[in-house]
Amino acid sequence: MALELNESLQKTIDGLSDQFTEKLIEVYQSTGDTFVRIEAEALVEVCTYLKNEHHFVYLTDIIGTDRYTSDERFEVIYNLICLKNQTRLFLKVRCDEESPVLTTVSTVWKSANWMEREVYDMFGVRFNDHPDLRRIFLPEDFDYFPLRKEFPLLGIQGSIELPNTTPDTE
Amino acid sequence: MGLESALGEGYLTTKVDSVVNWARANAAWPMPMGLACCAIEMMAFAGPKYDAARFGSEVMRFSPRQSDVMIVAGWCTYKMSHAIRRIWDQMPDPKWCIAMGACASTGGMHRCYGVVQGVDNFLPVDVYISGCPPRPDAVLHALMKIQDKIKTEHSVMLDT
Amino acid sequence: MKLSDIQSKVHSTFFKEHQRKLYQSLEDKHTTIEQLDDGDPLNSKMILNMGPQHPATHGVIRLVLQLHGETIEKVKLDIGYLHRGVEKIAENKTYQEFMPYTDRMDYLSPYSNNVALCTAVEKIADVEVPERAHYIRMIGCELARISSHLLWLGTMVMDAGAVSFFIWTFKEREKIYDIMDRLAGHRFTVSHARIGGVANDITDEAMGAIKEFTQMFPKELKDYHKLLDRNRLFFDRNEAVGVLKTKDALNIGAKGPVLRAAGYAYDVRKFAPYARYDEVEFGIPTRLEGDNLARYFVRMEEMSESIRIIRQCIDKLPKGLVRTDNAKQAYPSKDEVYYSMEGMIHDFMMTDTGICPPEGAESYHAVEAPKGELGYFIQSDGTGHPWRMKINAPSFANLQVLENILDGEMVADTVVIIGGLDPVMGEADK
Repeated sequence: MALELNESLQKTIDGLSDQFTEKLIEVYQSTGDTFVRIEAEALVEVCTYLKNEHHFVYLTDIIGTDRYTSDERFEVIYNLICLKNQTRLFLKVRCDEESPVLTTVSTVWKSANWMEREVYDMFGVRFNDHPDLRRIFLPEDFDYFPLRKEFPLLGIQGSIELPNTTPDTE
Repeated sequence: MGLESALGEGYLTTKVDSVVNWARANAAWPMPMGLACCAIEMMAFAGPKYDAARFGSEVMRFSPRQSDVMIVAGWCTYKMSHAIRRIWDQMPDPKWCIAMGACASTGGMHRCYGVVQGVDNFLPVDVYISGCPPRPDAVLHALMKIQDKIKTEHSVMLDT
Repeated sequence: MKLSDIQSKVHSTFFKEHQRKLYQSLEDKHTTIEQLDDGDPLNSKMILNMGPQHPATHGVIRLVLQLHGETIEKVKLDIGYLHRGVEKIAENKTYQEFMPYTDRMDYLSPYSNNVALCTAVEKIADVEVPERAHYIRMIGCELARISSHLLWLGTMVMDAGAVSFFIWTFKEREKIYDIMDRLAGHRFTVSHARIGGVANDITDEAMGAIKEFTQMFPKELKDYHKLLDRNRLFFDRNEAVGVLKTKDALNIGAKGPVLRAAGYAYDVRKFAPYARYDEVEFGIPTRLEGDNLARYFVRMEEMSESIRIIRQCIDKLPKGLVRTDNAKQAYPSKDEVYYSMEGMIHDFMMTDTGICPPEGAESYHAVEAPKGELGYFIQSDGTGHPWRMKINAPSFANLQVLENILDGEMVADTVVIIGGLDPVMGEADK
């Protein structure tokens, strides 16, 4: 595959393929952005390596997607920035539908805390060793995961309660 | 000064209802339930160009115990609806409610799982304002409609 | 403070599970450094709920504070009171239909959100935008930046005590509203930017209003500086309050002026320039202290830099089209729609199906909104609706910073710190 990478990104990809050859599944580019897909078990190792060796100190966003395929349904994408070399890299991991579990990266970047809570809230992907895995946008009483493709846009009747309209309630 | 010159040396007779309702209508202190973008237009409505104070809404009282009119500005989610209902219950009678904007009136452009499709699902609304966001002139118009409602609807003397 | 104490006193009538988990997580925070003191004779520990409806929180945000006297020991935030599910809505709309929703996200500066969506779609679908449109977008974005910072200034200073300042800044904001009215037809939530350009050209009247604004505004800005820059009260309220240390700032994930006030000169307009920002000269104000006063100075200087950019854009504005001529990618002009068959059909197809990026394409594009880096990640499946659209909202990250810097502050400073971070709940809750 012909990738047009600048110098520091090329060094990063070379370093990754040397250190983690079996864990690195694919590297590709789409509209100018570089995506690296790795195995889910190696997530924290790869993140620590990228932060320490290649100065990817800033985690801007964690994106969850629902691929709606029968295997490896959910995909989580990490948006990393290296300020020193002015580059951006996307890291992808996949997990399956029966037990969507990943390990948290909040030990590497503290900003992952709320972002992983958002992915949990919207898709149901759990993160091991997360300091505080609760829902962030919807109340805990809500039982569904809204951004999954089978959840209807208008919601499910009765899944979240409205207040009483008679004035003599508590 | 002006009243004495109009009446001469005499006095004015009127109904208790008219006087009380006139006083109530011209001192309707709003409680801004500013949730989203309509709150910014509500701030402009209280701002220097479209002054709400000249209509009697001198202060925006954030405490429900001290206000008369609740202006719900912005889309109301299911999570927030309980807080709004609680605040409405805390307001003392007589109270009125303005649903400002398309989102508070009917859910607006947000036709999805998180937004209550109209605040009148759990609140008794008196005036609906359309617009996304409505111009502050429209909010002034709604305030004037509430003033008309105050002057004509309830009676202090008759127990209706 | 044991959970059983709280549970016995709080009778939640709605969302019982949610309240239980929230108070449990408050108790579990920092458990390693909390001392178990059974003797609290003066009963100085309490849990205070700054609820979703509060005069001084900017929008609906809930803070649960554990206080010891006046000092905050720990704090937990509860957001989501304005969550609509905008990302789910995006999967059912075409890219152009989604434009009004972007206005309502960061509702203090609607123009930057529009430009953010447009540039993201233009990147994934490879749309060429004419020069004039780039400069008009830049003028709109910088005016939106000034408008957002003016509202921040008015509300922060009003929260600190000077109430009449709010009226002054709103007077200036009304002038910007007038400009937007002439330019786009709506005061506030303009949806002016279109994919492939902008909706309509700047009329001479609007241009005159913009030029007049760039003349008058620096004088007003000097007045604000004169009031606040050496004001003893303002300094006492804001210096060394809400400090975000430089070594923590990137790890915690601060964005925008909060990050620049902590020492990092990271601005998306210089990191990955879009819309001809590499052809105008401007500086990035930065400070090292990381406290509220530093954020104030950074935002004030950003306003004068914005005026500088607008002046350069007005000088450099080229003549030409304001939207690309390609019928598969952008709406045709209204003349064509009304007077030719092809124009009408193209208009219909653009509204019905919309622009279709290639299947399997994924892209991310960020702009520098007044609050920080606002990015759109789009995954396309070949149809006119996105498969997934993720919005990277700066206020979401800045609220996470709030949870970390409030521990140890006085409870009376909470309001000023929230004002200094400038969160917008429509964006943070999506």
